[in-house]
Amino acid sequence: MTEAISSLSSTAISETHGDGKRRGFWSLACQRFRDDGVGMASLIIVAAFFVVVLLSMSGMAASGWNKEVAIHDAPPDLWGLLKPAAPTAMKSLAQRVEEETKNAAQAQSKEALPPLTVTDPLAETLQALNASEETSTAKKEKRASLPFGGDRWGRDVLSKTIKGTQTSVIVGLSAALLATFLGTLLGALAGYYGGRTDDALNWFYSVFSAIPYLLLILAVAAVLQQRGVTTVILILGLTGWAGVFRLIRAEYIKHRGRDYVQAAHAFGVPDRRILFFHILPNVSHVVLVNISILAVGFIKAEVILSFLGFGVKVDEVSWGSMLNDAQSELILGRWWELVAAGGAMALLVTAFSLLTDAMRDALDPKIQRTS
Amino acid sequence: MTAYIIRRLLQMIPTMLGVVLLLFVLFNWVGGDPAYILAGKNTGEAQIANIRHQLGIDRPAYVQIGIFIKQIVTADFGASWSTNEPVSDILKTRLGPSLTVMVPLMVLGTLLAIALSLIVARFRGSLTDRMVMVACTVGMSISILVYIIVFQYVFAYRLGWFPVQGWGDSLWKNLTTFAALPILIGLCVGLAPDLRLFRSFMLDEIDQDYVRTARAKGLSEARILWIHVLRNASIPIVTYVMAALPGLLVGAFLIERFFSIPGIGREVLLAVERSDFPVIKAITVYVAAATMLANLAADLIYKAVDPRVELK
Repeated sequence: MTEAISSLSSTAISETHGDGKRRGFWSLACQRFRDDGVGMASLIIVAAFFVVVLLSMSGMAASGWNKEVAIHDAPPDLWGLLKPAAPTAMKSLAQRVEEETKNAAQAQSKEALPPLTVTDPLAETLQALNASEETSTAKKEKRASLPFGGDRWGRDVLSKTIKGTQTSVIVGLSAALLATFLGTLLGALAGYYGGRTDDALNWFYSVFSAIPYLLLILAVAAVLQQRGVTTVILILGLTGWAGVFRLIRAEYIKHRGRDYVQAAHAFGVPDRRILFFHILPNVSHVVLVNISILAVGFIKAEVILSFLGFGVKVDEVSWGSMLNDAQSELILGRWWELVAAGGAMALLVTAFSLLTDAMRDALDPKIQRTS
Repeated sequence: MTAYIIRRLLQMIPTMLGVVLLLFVLFNWVGGDPAYILAGKNTGEAQIANIRHQLGIDRPAYVQIGIFIKQIVTADFGASWSTNEPVSDILKTRLGPSLTVMVPLMVLGTLLAIALSLIVARFRGSLTDRMVMVACTVGMSISILVYIIVFQYVFAYRLGWFPVQGWGDSLWKNLTTFAALPILIGLCVGLAPDLRLFRSFMLDEIDQDYVRTARAKGLSEARILWIHVLRNASIPIVTYVMAALPGLLVGAFLIERFFSIPGIGREVLLAVERSDFPVIKAITVYVAAATMLANLAADLIYKAVDPRVELK
């Protein structure tokens, strides 16, 4: 009850805010959004994730996620906050560091032996490789612990998580944009023209919605033999438009009878312009909220696909492939990769869901959420 | 009523044809030549031609679609490409385990969500209510994979309360031993979204006039909630549960995979891994048909529980 009153008063304030001028829809929506504490907090978290993605894409962060920087299964130390305690069955950390560094050095010296009788066509390349910076890291002492621990191959879990964030956010957003684009385009055509167009597109929609979503995704994944980020975006984007279609179609049916559309029609404005320049801005809030809803769903779906091995390639990393690694690591008592990947995903998805709710409340004040 | 059912059944035909067409395009054209996938990598031209003839893909497209429809109607999809087991046998034997897990999960999950949502709805706006809603949002954000991995590790591997995985022949043993932890996990994963949804159904009813009247009559709060509100809120709940019914057939892909339950969901994943097209096609077609029938059943039940609804 108190919440209802406070939300009422805050809308009242926002509408009389300013110098008595009539304020536009978006300006009021922004005002409402700014007044929503949870919404702002979730926006900041989502924005932080986006910054991480940008850093990772530009190569400023996590570029060396694929390098073996530490001993295998290095425990986490959280920058010294956590004392790295190895399970009792394991050798002491110092011993392992020594051993693995020695092993690496030995392997290095073996490789450096000159070829015996047959001339190796790649010998020169190998020598050049050995001399280069890339492989000389193997000679360096491997680290005993990492901030978020290391995986089975001694790769930094923190870097992997950052790279995984990049995969998830890119897949989620691109697939959401693709699906929303398809759904909006088809929904606009069906809703505006009605008749035969509507029947045909509705039939198309009913076909897609008759197959349970996950089954449809898996069927498409079975057919597309290659794996990778682009494939995942295509799978999710091409199968996920049905919900948007239904919503946008309903909006266009509502708008096509309105006076402004009739007027534009009477002026002889071409249909193309009416559809996408006159009506679309008026339903853009529905589109925006839907991109956000779909992105959350697609992030979750990508993790499952990659976990099952139908998602990213072996040389790419995703929270799903990390969880796959974590499954076998957990049995050996190495919990950190599970916590890092699961935690990062839970944080992003929670923030994104709350952001979606806040956006919906700000953009559609008529709909009173029941909470 | 009968006319309505017949009309709805007739409307399913074009949709079903669409599903058939979609699968045909997907598996025959989008994914490349199925003969190469079936034959593997080291094959000669003659062998490919032979396989193409066997699969019928050297014939015109309309003949092939005819063959596909005949396969669906007669439930004879030939043999699996990887195990040579007849596809109809695969479907028959895998359905039982899926249902063993999914039916109790569905019943328990729905009852639990109804009970909890009534309790939460009663304390609407209070701290308890808001804490529960926040917990639901966070709970929904954690990947289902994390739930399964952690529960399997803690309750089966560490504590040993349940077997880590496995499946037997006796229904009772399966239900009490092997399906117990999968059902528990399914309950935990499904509770948060169900609770949020059912709570909103309850709240839609709780402000209605008849509730105020019932209060004015001096009825107890428990009676109002459990008898008056629940009866009306059951309409959207029934629709929601009916819509979820086809999911029973598919089972929970991930749970079946983690616990090695030989159900339909695990079979789909295996088939996708092995490019076993006949199995995927058969399962997809039948589940799509079941989905449409379940939607019709949902509308009929909707009418039965709410006489105000007009069937168009």
